[in-house]
Amino acid sequence: MKVLVGIKRVVDFNIRVRAKTDGSGADIASVKMSINPFDENAVEEAVRLKEAGVATEIVVVTTGAANAQDVLRHALALGADRAILVDTAEPLNSLATAKVLREIVKREAPQLILMGKQAIDDDAAEIGQMLAAFLNIGQGTFASSLKVNDGKITVVREIDGGQETVELNLPAVVTADLRLNEPRYLKLPNLMMAKKKPLETIALADLDVAATSKVTTINVAEPAARAPGKKLNNVQELIDVLRTHAKVV
Amino acid sequence: MSILIIAELVIAELVTEEKSIKAATRSAITAAKAIGAEIDVLVIGEDVNAVAQQATNIQGVTRVLVADNSVYAKPLAENFAPLVHSIAKNYSHIIVAATSFGKNLLPRVAALLDVDMVSEVTRIIDASTYVRPLYAGGLNATVQNNEIIKLLTIRPTAFDATQDANQAAPIATIAAVTDDKHLSRFVSEHIRHNERPQLSTARVVISGGRSLGSAEKFQEVLTPLANKLNAAIGATRAAVDAGFAPNDSQVGQTGTVVAPDIYIAIGVSGAAQHIAGIKDSRMIVAINHDPDAPIFQWADYGLVADLFETTAAITAAL
Ligand SMILES: Cc1cc2nc3c(=O)[nH]c(=O)nc-3n(C[C@H](O)[C@H](O)[C@H](O)COP(=O)(O)OP(=O)(O)OC[C@H]3O[C@@H](n4cnc5c(N)ncnc54)[C@H](O)[C@@H]3O)c2cc1C
Ligand SMILES: Nc1ncnc2c1ncn2[C@@H]1O[C@H](COP(=O)(O)O)[C@@H](O)[C@H]1O
Repeated sequence: MKVLVGIKRVVDFNIRVRAKTDGSGADIASVKMSINPFDENAVEEAVRLKEAGVATEIVVVTTGAANAQDVLRHALALGADRAILVDTAEPLNSLATAKVLREIVKREAPQLILMGKQAIDDDAAEIGQMLAAFLNIGQGTFASSLKVNDGKITVVREIDGGQETVELNLPAVVTADLRLNEPRYLKLPNLMMAKKKPLETIALADLDVAATSKVTTINVAEPAARAPGKKLNNVQELIDVLRTHAKVV
Repeated sequence: MSILIIAELVIAELVTEEKSIKAATRSAITAAKAIGAEIDVLVIGEDVNAVAQQATNIQGVTRVLVADNSVYAKPLAENFAPLVHSIAKNYSHIIVAATSFGKNLLPRVAALLDVDMVSEVTRIIDASTYVRPLYAGGLNATVQNNEIIKLLTIRPTAFDATQDANQAAPIATIAAVTDDKHLSRFVSEHIRHNERPQLSTARVVISGGRSLGSAEKFQEVLTPLANKLNAAIGATRAAVDAGFAPNDSQVGQTGTVVAPDIYIAIGVSGAAQHIAGIKDSRMIVAINHDPDAPIFQWADYGLVADLFETTAAITAAL
């Protein structure tokens, strides 16, 4: 079974991102970038499926500029076999990204498409579901566990108030929650070896995808700061605060 | 201009299995009112006539559409999306709350319609301009949506719930449209039905972090206080991953977003991903023994102290 994993290069989760002074976007010119955490879970799951003899080949794909190669190499070092960079000068919106991935799926014909449940920059949580709709296949979003069985996949999904289990025909799209697994540590020798693994670059223009979007960002700003709080001196003061306020609740 | 709200149903109780409209759907109706147009509410499910009747009473609802069919017994996006798609062209906007139900469904509809969408809207500026958070709420983006049909998920905590009024909007039945390829099948669900107020709607939320030390301690320390304040219990990701609290009690960027009147963070460091889920609370109270813990930058009232002693003292005093 071939597995395709969609990954995104995002600002590292430890970084506090600021707005550009002209409000045109987030100021990410010189900050540390990493693979989107959920996508690392998706790659890890693919590698485990391969180790278990379920997956035969793992292909990772991202759309982005040339510098997005670093997250592809990261995924290769974790155990992916091959990488594809769809080279785009400008970042794409969700719909266009899903269309790019649809074109890659047409070429690669994977049985399982693994993605993250959301990218931690836009926090959209859209692309997996869009891709599943484009391909007219099932979707197992926010997955905390999965099991491949006889042309089908069983997915436990994290939902409000609990969990839901669904069974999907393969091929299917599954989007990873952080709870799906604990990604392994990246070993330096593996990173060296990953340099030898194939990384193909495809120009966006070679795919049949319109990159424009009718949803545009007109301003990005930092939210108003919360008024400074008060440090209390002892438990009694805290009890008084709760008595006063908890009463009105 | 006409707006379609996709209703989310909840089973009130395990025993009676009585369904009701989720409070988050009422928040979606409030967002629709800010746009200002006729509002249709779509109720999808099996045996949903009673719940459709409930929806007719919600203030400002123009019409209630009902798709009642056994294939809709469980909210599979593969079944629900073609139905929404089948009536979408009658609407300028389609709105659903950004719950796990709405987030699973609406992007699938967007792709069927070949439109981009806007997720987790926190403010409606006008019919095509909205505010949504980026980077775990560290930034706010104002976005312009020029698609012919505008699809939005709205963050429930950012909009009050519309209440019932003395009205009864007409009901119309619509034909079932489903996934004829049977792409997905519901197997089972595990929903926690507890006596406690729900995390997403409680007026007081008490959250504990990794520092509680064990599942037993987590319960032992937090539950008595939660009982006294009629509070929901939340947790940090670290506490959930350590097995102290169930997954769905996680508060934050990748858990539930809450905005209670009072949020009490006990032994929580205040990582940006946690703050993303609490910063719109009316009042934040923090107890942490580290004076430099980031949570204090967000707390209206902070106490630097040991959580075990402090929580016990508060519980005894209230
Ligand atoms: C992609 C991503 C998404 C994430 N999403 C979320 C999310 O949705 N929600 C979330 O919560 N986290 C999330 N996290 C994790 C987050 O970054 C933090 O790791 C987590 O919130 C820390 O949990 P904590 O405060 O319980 O633990 P810690 O950071 O370990 O803090 C424990 C705190 O307890 C205090 N303490 C210890 N003992 C005592 C005592 N006896 N009395 C008083 N205080 C004490 C310490 O001073 C410390 O401040 C996410 C991380 C990533 C990478
Ligand atoms: N540029 C991209 N290239 C490939 N996959 C992506 C890209 N952006 C997002 N994804 C995938 O889609 C998931 C959801 O992203 P989003 O819908 O933007 O929150 C991510 O976790 C990735 O798996």
